[in-house]
Amino acid sequence: MNGSFLSKRKLAGLVVGSILLLICMLCSVLYGLHQFGLKDLWLAYSQFNGSNEHLILTRVRVPRTLIAALVGASLAVAGAIMQVLTRNPLASPSVFGVNAGAVLFIVIGLLAFGSSLTMSGMVWLAFAGAVATSVVVYMLGLQGGGFEPVKLTLAGACMAAFASSITSGIILINKQSLESALFWMIGSVEGRNLEHLLMVLPYMAIGMTISLLLAGSLNIMAIGDDSAKSLGQRLTLVRVLSATAIVLLAGSSVAAAGPIAFIGLIVPHLCRYIVGHDFRWLLPYTALVGAILLVTADLASRFILESKEVPVGVATAIIGVPFLIHVARRKQHA
Amino acid sequence: MLKPRRAKYTILLFIGLTCVVAALSLLSLSVGGVSVPLKEVFASLAGRNREASNLIIMQFRLPRIAAAILIGAALAVAGALLQGVIRNPLASPDLLGVTGGASVAVVAFMTFVTGYSIHWVPFIAIGGALVATTINYVFAWKKGVSPFRLVLIGIGISTAMGALTTFLLISGPAYLAAQVLNWMTGSIYGTNWSYIEVLWPWVAIFIPLSLLLAKELNVQSLGEDVARGLGSRLQLSRMILLFYSVALAGAAVGVAGTISFIGLMAPHIARMLVGNSYKLIIPVSAFIGAIILLLADLAGRMLFQPLDVPAGVFTAGIGAPFFMYLLFKRKKI
Repeated sequence: MNGSFLSKRKLAGLVVGSILLLICMLCSVLYGLHQFGLKDLWLAYSQFNGSNEHLILTRVRVPRTLIAALVGASLAVAGAIMQVLTRNPLASPSVFGVNAGAVLFIVIGLLAFGSSLTMSGMVWLAFAGAVATSVVVYMLGLQGGGFEPVKLTLAGACMAAFASSITSGIILINKQSLESALFWMIGSVEGRNLEHLLMVLPYMAIGMTISLLLAGSLNIMAIGDDSAKSLGQRLTLVRVLSATAIVLLAGSSVAAAGPIAFIGLIVPHLCRYIVGHDFRWLLPYTALVGAILLVTADLASRFILESKEVPVGVATAIIGVPFLIHVARRKQHA
Repeated sequence: MLKPRRAKYTILLFIGLTCVVAALSLLSLSVGGVSVPLKEVFASLAGRNREASNLIIMQFRLPRIAAAILIGAALAVAGALLQGVIRNPLASPDLLGVTGGASVAVVAFMTFVTGYSIHWVPFIAIGGALVATTINYVFAWKKGVSPFRLVLIGIGISTAMGALTTFLLISGPAYLAAQVLNWMTGSIYGTNWSYIEVLWPWVAIFIPLSLLLAKELNVQSLGEDVARGLGSRLQLSRMILLFYSVALAGAAVGVAGTISFIGLMAPHIARMLVGNSYKLIIPVSAFIGAIILLLADLAGRMLFQPLDVPAGVFTAGIGAPFFMYLLFKRKKI
């Protein structure tokens, strides 16, 4: 098979994926405890009349779907970059301590400000926590001269564990005052506002842009440090930019939806199986598949149990695990 | 053979570690809600204590300390074996579904069986851990298991188990959730001798057996091709090592619930102290794991009196700074 044929197929795949994502998003907006038709959606935006149906559509369903799509895409792309930066296929954005740091800052914020802490304050705190932790982890990874992926990975895993340890310590001592922290500790796209997404959206967009621009350099970095250097790659710059992209993407995700695990880890594996290792294709595919997975999981979470919604993490696992096992079994050299 | 200087360092290290464990145990025996003078502690241990403190020492504190040492050592060795087999620094027993399987089994047991005795829980948990890892192994089997496939599927299985646990929790009654969450935070308070009786045979059998296979682990950590070239029966020893790891971690999780960090980080700390030979990594990890859990339990007991905070909360809080210090001091890993 020649190259142009392959890339045509990959391009077609992207188009099909995008259509699939749109269908999933539409289903997620229309179906749930209350079912709507396309016409309702149209009317809710063209002739908003303040009725319950229109409120549900514009205030609940549409925000939740958009958040799911954007967070899914961001986490998946951050995961793909994380795995090449640390040279560890088991790495995910949470290895940078992003999630643990965000939750820790929220808990400390609640402790310091109590109920005067607004929702948007919490979004900023989560973002700040994610950024602060990953900066510390990156610095630690650079300790002792020279960048070593193993060092970065271990420092990150260690910091993440440390932060969660402090978080649970604080929560244990102040049980009552921290009820609202628990809401944040379970990753969810439900009950979050569009405003909170809009607060972090610029950072998400910057992160995504950096990632896509880096794709070529990531390809070279993936070959190995020495070859990358001899090909004239400015490794330090690429690493710093990759880390920045990861922090922006994963940090804004955790700020918008709380810690959602698993997507950042498995979607890159699924996509490598579909399109191979070329980051110029891999990154768009991971973004798309991540978005589809989280939107579908959110949709499914409304139907798994009759009476109540299950956390989106449960639905992600139910949908994602069979694919993961299939891919792991099919792969020759993972 | 070790060079003389190296050998001296190693011997000193082991003496030092033993002293730390002994000192921590004595400290743990003596301090707490009621502090007991060291003299009475020694008297109790010698079986000559006639004071009221004898009961506290022998029935409450000693089993708890024994549990901390055994569980810490078991988790650390389980992690070391797994990191050797998987050859990935992020590998820990959790990734193979040990913790997930144990949690699901315990939750299902508490949901569907009424009138159970709490003493069943360790066995149920060990059973769950073994079942989950067996499922994992079967899925990963394709003319042998490759470490990476094993761990990737392991992540899937653990995630699925975690989802199943959450599912059972939210569809079950509310009081159950509190009970199970309590078990899952990883604590060793309320340990009595009957738990130790369950636990010690696993540790006493599988840690020495792991040491016997240390050489095999050294060979495996060189990579698959080298190992095969050196005549290693790769699949067989891999399966045996995994079984040891799961047995150790499963027993520990069964008694204490999920205690994070030790299985992941104790082997790394050991590696930084003694280098890459598993003959040394395994015993040193065991010591480090025991020390971290002893300290975490002590902290949980002392810091927020009269609250007794689960040790699982503090393992990372105590272990992480030490690990960071080592990372900071060393140029190379």
